[in-house]
Amino acid sequence: MFYRLSGVRHFSYTGDRSLYRIPFERNAALALLAAAILAPWIIGELTLTSLVQPWLIWTSAALGLNLVVGWAGQLHLGYAAVMGVGAYAGTHAARSGVPWEIAIVLAGFASMVIGSVFSIAALRVKGLYLALTTLAMQFVIDWSIVHLSVVSGGALASLRAPDMSLLGFEINGTAGLYYVALAWCVLVTIFMMNLRRSALGRALMAVREKDYAAEIIGVRSFVFKLVAFAASSFIAGVSGAVLIATYYHIVTPDQFSTQVSIQVLAMVIVGGLGSIIGTYLGTALILIMPGLVAALFHGATELFDLRIGVETLAHLPNAAYGALIMGCLLWEPLGLGRLYHNMRSYLIAWPFGYLKK
Amino acid sequence: MDWILFLELAANGAVTGLLYAMVAISIVLIFKSSAVPNLAQGALVMVGAYAVLAFSDWLGLPMWLAIPAAMVFMFGLGIGIERHALRRLAGQPIIMILMMTLGLDIFLRGITLAAFGGSARRMDLGISDDPLFVGQILMSRVHLTGAAVALMVFAALVLFFRTRRGIRLRAISNDYVASWSVGIGVEQGVALSWALAAVISTIAGVFWGAVQGVDQSLSLLLLKSLTVAVLGGLDSLPGAIVAGILLGVLESVVSGYLDPLVGGGSRELVVAVTLILTVLIRPHGLFGDRSVERI
Repeated sequence: MFYRLSGVRHFSYTGDRSLYRIPFERNAALALLAAAILAPWIIGELTLTSLVQPWLIWTSAALGLNLVVGWAGQLHLGYAAVMGVGAYAGTHAARSGVPWEIAIVLAGFASMVIGSVFSIAALRVKGLYLALTTLAMQFVIDWSIVHLSVVSGGALASLRAPDMSLLGFEINGTAGLYYVALAWCVLVTIFMMNLRRSALGRALMAVREKDYAAEIIGVRSFVFKLVAFAASSFIAGVSGAVLIATYYHIVTPDQFSTQVSIQVLAMVIVGGLGSIIGTYLGTALILIMPGLVAALFHGATELFDLRIGVETLAHLPNAAYGALIMGCLLWEPLGLGRLYHNMRSYLIAWPFGYLKK
Repeated sequence: MDWILFLELAANGAVTGLLYAMVAISIVLIFKSSAVPNLAQGALVMVGAYAVLAFSDWLGLPMWLAIPAAMVFMFGLGIGIERHALRRLAGQPIIMILMMTLGLDIFLRGITLAAFGGSARRMDLGISDDPLFVGQILMSRVHLTGAAVALMVFAALVLFFRTRRGIRLRAISNDYVASWSVGIGVEQGVALSWALAAVISTIAGVFWGAVQGVDQSLSLLLLKSLTVAVLGGLDSLPGAIVAGILLGVLESVVSGYLDPLVGGGSRELVVAVTLILTVLIRPHGLFGDRSVERI
């Protein structure tokens, strides 16, 4: 009934390869986009700035990580450090008078250079050892950011990002900043969706499945691993800069710690490797979960007059966050994206469930 | 060059390194039997230390009774973790297993701090804080005791691997399919290695708690012990001891001379750089013999 297939026929290869093969999906995506554009008028300002905007920015960052982990199959435990490089590069550029539109691109390129260093490890080892190396590189970059006062302005310093202006327009007010985040997220999403049907994306998937088999059929895994790390680092850098420019407004070293790397990886894993809609859902779940659990326990203490200490309440969301990751891996290793996919294939055949899609 | 300073840094580093090695042994035990890199090792050490505190503070047991009680508890916890979290992931890609141990790390830390609160606690072993002069070198009694215990743990493990049960574990780490076919319970073996690792984590937690207090920072031991384990070879127990001493000396000496120049905090850097260089130059470590899949 939903996702109607009846009457949908493609008479050309271009049509068959189109982004949305089912009109309902295209319409749903357009409706979502329209809702996102109208969001400043629909939902409250607090929800917009404290929930929707960080969701969009972290989703674009997580999509970048999904490119390297989900598509190219390379483990990356130092993603937040790459975002941090972009954030600092963008902020420093903007502070020294470079216009924001150039500063953001510069941030992307700075991250791309540093992030490609990570791939040197990827070209030598894989699997567990790659994960450990990227983790260690995260520590090295964190350490450099904190200890090079040229970068961070001192260990405990925080740098203020100048107000944003793009293409001659002063961007102030919640709606303007929201649109910047939305535009970047839409851009990354479109890039990732097209990746699936482009030569680059297929080459990355070939490398993921078996790198020497890819080499045999003429896909140079060396080059494509490098490209995957470079592209994802660019996305990370711009996302980091956008995060600072539109959301945090101040950059400090601890915003991009190892914990953040693990958090972004958790978004990707909970959402589902290689799934775009899954990344959106996973990011949303990871972001709202701590507040939800805190509210739940807070409500429970008031309702049942429990005596739970303040510190206990403060640490329970963390435990729930860990439990969420573990539960997700145990019961749905392919993530929320898989759940959506199951629902979709069920609805395609509904109410004739006995028909195979 | 000031030789006394150098010797003091090196000696203290070696002793600290043996304490790292104790944590690294746990990682090696688990990796040997099941090829699972346990990134929750830091959290296990922390839980072990808190378990000792729970038995001594909440139940009022004396320390010599609280530590064995905590070890029994951690034995059960190790078996539980293997049974319920990791056994079901067998055969999944490595990223799933890594993420599971990371999730476990977050979960264990969260639940421990929820139960005990975030403020640091003292672990009183009854070892005096008075400095000990060996020749002209200043050393800490707690560290020395810990290092001796680390060597004892290692010796006990060497002896254990000569028993019937230990030989089974060695067979599993060698080839688990072949072990299955001759009737060795691979699942029980892997569970046993997790339990042993958790018990050793408790001992490590006791000494690290005595050295730096019991709080969340115990879980930061992960990076150092992981580096020791990789440097020694992820499947080599003697490697963990040698690499522990090596990394301890390196870290202490380098940061001793570098810290005044860069304004402190270079210990983490030395460890991270050692890890990167090890993986890039010799991924199987000093004594590991498992061939790493390279490109």
